[in-house]
Amino acid sequence: MKPAHIREGGGFGVLLALALGLVVLSFAVALATAIGDYRIPLLTVLHAVTNGLGLSTIEIPRIESSIVWDMRLSRALVAALAGAGLALCGAILQALLRNPLAEPFVLGVSAGASTGAVAVIILGIGAGGLSLSMGAFAGAFAAFALVALLSNGATSGPNHTILAGVAASQLFNALTSYIVTTSGSAQQARDVMFWLLGSFGGVRWPDFYLLLVVVTLGLALCLWIARSLDAFTFGDEDAAALGVPVARVRLLLFGLTALMTAAIVSMVGAIGFVGLVVPHVARYVVGPMHLRLLPACAVIGAVFMVLADIVSRVIVPQQTIPIGVVTALVGVPFFAIILYRGRPRT
Amino acid sequence: MSIIARNLTWGVRGRTIVSDVSLSVAPGETLGLIGPNGSGKSSLLRLLAGLRQPQSGGVEINGRDIARVPRRALAREMAFVRQDSATDTNVTVRDVVRLGRTPHRSALSGWTAADEQAVTMALERVDMISHRGQSWQTLSGGERQRVHIARALAQSPQVMFLDEPTNHLDIHHQIEILRLVRRLDLTSIIALHDLNLAAMFCDRILVLREGATVAFGTPRTVLTESLLREVFRVEAKVNGAERPHIVFCPGQEFGSGPTVRQWDDEPSGQGFRALPG
Repeated sequence: MKPAHIREGGGFGVLLALALGLVVLSFAVALATAIGDYRIPLLTVLHAVTNGLGLSTIEIPRIESSIVWDMRLSRALVAALAGAGLALCGAILQALLRNPLAEPFVLGVSAGASTGAVAVIILGIGAGGLSLSMGAFAGAFAAFALVALLSNGATSGPNHTILAGVAASQLFNALTSYIVTTSGSAQQARDVMFWLLGSFGGVRWPDFYLLLVVVTLGLALCLWIARSLDAFTFGDEDAAALGVPVARVRLLLFGLTALMTAAIVSMVGAIGFVGLVVPHVARYVVGPMHLRLLPACAVIGAVFMVLADIVSRVIVPQQTIPIGVVTALVGVPFFAIILYRGRPRT
Repeated sequence: MSIIARNLTWGVRGRTIVSDVSLSVAPGETLGLIGPNGSGKSSLLRLLAGLRQPQSGGVEINGRDIARVPRRALAREMAFVRQDSATDTNVTVRDVVRLGRTPHRSALSGWTAADEQAVTMALERVDMISHRGQSWQTLSGGERQRVHIARALAQSPQVMFLDEPTNHLDIHHQIEILRLVRRLDLTSIIALHDLNLAAMFCDRILVLREGATVAFGTPRTVLTESLLREVFRVEAKVNGAERPHIVFCPGQEFGSGPTVRQWDDEPSGQGFRALPG
C-alpha cells in the first residue's frame, strides 16, 4: 500500500486538509439535524442554529426550531465528540501498545464501563444521572486496573496486554449479563441491552458540554505529547533512549483513555469498532506520525459517527437501531478493504 | 566524552545479573563488551546508558551522575542502538531517522533547518540517503541496522551504545557496520558476540562472566588462549601481531575442568524482555 503522505514540511497542506475535514464535519452535522422522521430543510436548520446561538431572530416554526435545537443538534454533536474521542483512544492505545488491535473495546475498558453503569441502573447502587456516570467511571477504571495487573503494568509486551484485555472484557461482559439476568425485569433487560450496543437517544446539551470539555482536553494533551508517541514506534526502550519519560507518559495516556472512554460509554453506551477502524483509515490518509494522525483521527471519527447515527435512524422507518450495530456493519467491510489493500505482497 | 562506571550492581528477583562492574572509557574510545550468553553484556550496556537504574554504584558522564540528569537531556548526549529493533508501522526511512531529533524538539516546535541538516547528514553517514523515501518494511536487515544507526546519529550524540549491532547480518555487513561505527569519531560502547570482530574494531575490551569483570584491557592483552578456554570454553589459537586473530580449534577436547554444558541457554534478544522495568 502506498499511503498518500502529507509531509510535515507542507504545514499549510495539513491545515488545509484539517479545515476541509471540519467543513465536511459541519455538513454531516447539518445533515444529521435535517434528516429524520420529520424532515427539515437545511436552510431552516441553519436559521434554527443561528437563532439558538443568538445570532439572528428569523421566524421559523416552533416545532422545527425545537427539534433542531433541543433534540437533533445536541445529539449530532455528542455523536461527533464520541466518535472523535473513541478514535483518539484507539490511536493512543495502538501507539502505546504497538498493536493494531488495541482499542478501548478490545481492552475491556468499554465492558468495564458498561458493567459499572448497569450495576447502577439495575442494582440501584446510588441514584440519579450522576451516579450512572460515576458507575461507568468506576467500571472503566476497574477494567483498566485489571488489565494493568494482568499485564504487569502493560510492560509484558503488546500481545500480553491484548490478551489481558480480552480476559477483562470477557469477565466484565459476563458480570453484566449476570446482573441483567438475575436482577433485572424484562423491561430493564431490554433497555440495558439496547444501551450496551450504544444509543444516542436522550442525550441533551449538558452531555455535550461535559464531553466537549473531556474530548478537547484529551486532544490537546495528546497533541502536546504527540512527538513522544512517535518515539514509541520501535518500542518502550527505544522511546526511553530517545529521551521520553516512558513510565510517566504511559500512565498519563492510559489514564486519559480510561477517562475519555468512561465519559463516552456512560453517556451513549459501548460503541465498538470506531476506535479500531478510524486510526487505520487516518493512518492510510495522513501517515503514521501522530501530530497529523491525531487530529485526522478526531475529524474522521467524528464524521463517521455522525453519519452512522444518521443511518441508524433512517435505515428502518419509525425505528432506531443501536448505533453499535451500524458502526460494525458499515465499518467491517470498509476495514476489510483496507486490510486487503494493505496486505503484505511477497 | 568520558564515561566512568563505579561498582555497578543490578539484578532481578534475587538473581544478580551485573555484579560490581567498574570501568572507564576515554573520549573517542571504542569499548567492546564480550562474554558468553547470559554474562550480562546487554544489561551492563543498559545500565551505562541509563536505561536501567543500578541497585548500587553509579555512572558518570563528563563528571555528572546520569541518575540526576533528565531523560531528555541525556538523550541529547547519548544514543542507544538495540538489536533487532522492529515495528509494524508503515514508516519511511526518513520518518525513522527524524525520530532521532525527538530529544531536541519541544512539544509543538516546528522542523528547523538544524533538524533537517542533522537528518540529512546522518543518512549520508550511513549511505542511506538515496533510500530516504523507502518504506522501512522493505529494507534488508543490514539496511535496517544502518537506518537505526542513522537515527542514533540524528540525536547528535557524543556517546553511542550498541547492543549486538551485527546480529543476524552476513559477514560483509557485520564488518561494514562496525567500520562505520569506528569512523564516527564518537565514544562508543558495543556489546559484541563475535570475538574476532571485537579484536578488530575495539580499542579496549571488557570480558564479562556471570555479570562480573574477568578482564579489561587492549585486545592484545585480553584475548589470550587461556582466557578463551576459561571463559568461553573453546580451544583456540591466537595469532596476529598488532590485533589478535583467533582461530578456533573445534576438534580439540576442552583443556580444563569438567565439560558439562557449553552455553547457558538464554535465548538471545529475550533476555531483557522477561525482566521488569
